[in-house]
Amino acid sequence: MRPFGYERAATADEALALHEDGAVYLGGGTNLVDLMRLGVATPSRLVDVARLPHDRVELEVDGGLVIGAAVTNSDLAADRSVREGHPVLAEAVLAGASGQIRNLATVGGNLLQRTRCSYFQDAAKPCNKRDPGSGCPAREGEHHNLAILGQSEACVATHPSDMAVALAALDASVRVRGRSGERVVPLEDFYRLPDGAPDRDTTLEPGELVTAVEVPPLGMPSRYRKVRERASFAFALVSVAAALEVGNGVVTGVRLALGGVAHRPWRARRAEDALRGAAATEESFLRAAEAELEAAEPLRDNAYKVPLARNLIVRTLMELGEGT
Amino acid sequence: MDSANTTGDAVPVRAAVALAVNGTEHRLDVDTRSSLLDVLREDLGLTGTKKGCDHGQCGACTVLLDGRRANACLALAVAHDGARVVTVEGLAEEDGRLSAVQESFLEHDAFQCGYCTPGQLCSATAVLEEVRQGWPSAAAADVAADPVLDDDEIRERMSGNLCRCGAYPGIVAAVHAAAGRSREVTGA
Repeated sequence: MRPFGYERAATADEALALHEDGAVYLGGGTNLVDLMRLGVATPSRLVDVARLPHDRVELEVDGGLVIGAAVTNSDLAADRSVREGHPVLAEAVLAGASGQIRNLATVGGNLLQRTRCSYFQDAAKPCNKRDPGSGCPAREGEHHNLAILGQSEACVATHPSDMAVALAALDASVRVRGRSGERVVPLEDFYRLPDGAPDRDTTLEPGELVTAVEVPPLGMPSRYRKVRERASFAFALVSVAAALEVGNGVVTGVRLALGGVAHRPWRARRAEDALRGAAATEESFLRAAEAELEAAEPLRDNAYKVPLARNLIVRTLMELGEGT
Repeated sequence: MDSANTTGDAVPVRAAVALAVNGTEHRLDVDTRSSLLDVLREDLGLTGTKKGCDHGQCGACTVLLDGRRANACLALAVAHDGARVVTVEGLAEEDGRLSAVQESFLEHDAFQCGYCTPGQLCSATAVLEEVRQGWPSAAAADVAADPVLDDDEIRERMSGNLCRCGAYPGIVAAVHAAAGRSREVTGA
């Protein structure tokens, strides 16, 4: 591992001041320390932001949430107001990693974790995300767990977070602090597709610090469903975050996002459009899933993700529909 | 943290770290790159905590960090200055009596080669506390409900601890039994 300086920030302003060229913010370190050990991340300085006072989940009067970036994944998933008002978020967090990792991992770090594409994680291999212009061996090589939607010639990586998929469905926004002040970025504008710059997972500017996530109230049943290669402690092949409201047999509200299929959490707007006002039946759910997945461009070894995503969308919506 | 200023070149950086490990205070001078795992094993000679994968995937290095289980291989020692750490060496009572979890692992033959066992023991100890505090797991049908520690819950909660010998049935039985034992002890 390359030697690095270490500074612990007590406030967001101090963190911003300590951030210099080559520095990286440290949360729980569960992904960053591993990438440093692999030689994939080589920061000259770590600015530790895990002890910043952004460590609470606040329930707003309208039922929305403000989640501090330093809240651990465990505390987020255990929070009563999250479990009761936004169960899809608690379920998504619990579907990720292990109990040990969730105790260390922070919300900010979870958002900013890097892809687990095996080429990205191997410093000896070409990878346009790690080393722009070096190539993407995944297109022809090992890609059974990589993207089917929105990928580019240069990058077919998937975003690994479960939590971010739930946040995408929940219309969450990310509070970001920079030297010029604070901005609030809708999650859909926070993450990006690989087009043009596969090395950039997000629209964060250098040195900007994630301080919190804002989640509006939900008010309808929600659920997170994840398919993986073993029953626990594995990344998603495909996951679905969904919320559904049905009145008189008709879909009156729906939120749908997919994980494990793209460079970013994939908000399934086409499916949502197809569902709003439609009969809450298996047939409509299937039609909506197919509308979303029409855009899929699977690679040689990951075409299985298309029917997997379709079936998981239908099943999750059926489960939610039965509960209403 | 004066010693930990940034250097543009690749010169190792050292930092002062205080750790309370199994009740004993230690003041250490560590390389900023040192994991908590390496500090425990190499600097403090506490070799009960094992290095398996060194990537957070196997759980052999699980310790209790400020009361919560964590992978010591992913924790930079410098980032945990001031922490309380309990390793497998610190699980038993002061008089040497084994904890309920340790007794149950013996009784249910919850290991074969023993390499993953220190991590399994620390993890299981934390699982019982997490359930006491009402933390849910992915095994829950209703994430808002209070958890009941059945076998599916134990398997899910212990999934961050791999056992190459496949002693899982014994581990599940041991955790189940330990949950019963600790209920008797606390009268809960």
